[in-house]
Amino acid sequence: MTEPGGIEASAGDVVVLVGTSKGLFTLAAGPARQGWELTGPWFPGEEIYSAVLDCRGGRNRLLVGATSSHWGPSVYRSDDLGASWVEPEPQTLAFPADTGVAVARVWQLQPAGDAQPDVVYAGVEPAALFRSDDGGESFRLNEGLWHHEHRSRWNPGGGGLCLHTVLPDPSGGPRLGIAVSAAGFYRTLDGDSWQAANVGIKAPFLPEPTPEFGQCVHKVDRHPSEPDTLFLQHHWGVYRSDDFGGRWEEVGADALPSTFGFPVVVDPNRPGTAYVVPLTSDMFRCTPDGRLRVYRTTDGGASWEALTDGLPQAGSFLSVLRDGFTADTLEPTGLYLGTRTGDVFASGDAGATWQELARHLPPVLCVKAAVLR
Amino acid sequence: MVRLAAGLRPHAGGAASVDVDVPAPVTIDAVLDALAECHPAVGRRIRDEAGALRPHVNVFVGPDNIRDLDDSGVPEGAEITVLPAVSGG
Repeated sequence: MTEPGGIEASAGDVVVLVGTSKGLFTLAAGPARQGWELTGPWFPGEEIYSAVLDCRGGRNRLLVGATSSHWGPSVYRSDDLGASWVEPEPQTLAFPADTGVAVARVWQLQPAGDAQPDVVYAGVEPAALFRSDDGGESFRLNEGLWHHEHRSRWNPGGGGLCLHTVLPDPSGGPRLGIAVSAAGFYRTLDGDSWQAANVGIKAPFLPEPTPEFGQCVHKVDRHPSEPDTLFLQHHWGVYRSDDFGGRWEEVGADALPSTFGFPVVVDPNRPGTAYVVPLTSDMFRCTPDGRLRVYRTTDGGASWEALTDGLPQAGSFLSVLRDGFTADTLEPTGLYLGTRTGDVFASGDAGATWQELARHLPPVLCVKAAVLR
Repeated sequence: MVRLAAGLRPHAGGAASVDVDVPAPVTIDAVLDALAECHPAVGRRIRDEAGALRPHVNVFVGPDNIRDLDDSGVPEGAEITVLPAVSGG
């Protein structure tokens, strides 16, 4: 089939990347975030577990982690909004030969902060971290994490043993946080020596209630202006840490309809505001009561409110994966949510009201938003 | 000669087949190594970086799937075909 040309968008427009199990789609609109245009699929038939529109360094660069079930994974880039794509040669997002291991999927492509405009991190399956210093054109393995003494005892979650979250230091320092399902949260202060940082996170699926590692962290997010404050959605439980993972406290246990879920998003405009999408349970990974409700805290997790205006509230047994929810940086904050049944919902007012942007897409694996520079 | 599935041809400059020069005795691994040398993007789509044949890719020597063969040798003049398995996707 013929793939589309480039995304029709210009500076100031919002572009939402929707990675699905059958290709990459995009939604684009002006700063008012009305009149969304759906385009795609690029990479038809391939799983898009990771995608990002990196608008740093004076360019708008698309990076896409695509996996063909036949031909394997690859990372592509485009500097013309998808009109043309480049596959690096050689493909360096690959394990060194002496590991005897191969990349199965690229779960995360995470640009560092503005202070490091050429640095991009990649989290892959089996769980490992790669770093690029040339905007995603070439990568190298983080050997410190790869050789961590815990790694041989990490077990996969339902999606595989994946490194799905990377939290770079916004100031450009070496400090990094990562999360692996189902190993937990790990952090490094020097970029190479890593420590498990899961104190306080309960693991009801393990014999020991609060093990050093083995937690099934589903997603972690934080605001760049408060990099020590982290919000974490665990297999069971929503947690907050105020010391970059030194200790975690559960929040929302009495206020959420379920503490099971996958994504957590911190509002890019308000450090104490975060959003989650509760699912009924690990045995029934659908929205509780057939209602799609986003829950928002504006006080660091002390209280939560349901956001439902415009979201389906009857007969809707939906599921949202860990990267299926994101925010833009405009004011008021735009939120974008994709489901495993191919719906995309958006809010242009920090969740107060929602509209459906797309339906009947393939299952949504990741959603990322950017404002073009 | 190695015949390529349609999905691989864009990564081989559009070629439907590639001639590889492998010294005797010819083995399938040597053929795939030579193919990857000429066209790395084709090579990594057939075998991962650890050298394993991707699970939903089939390689045939004549009519025989190499997974069914005890011998990795390639008879002189045999045609090799790389195809996606029906199990993928």
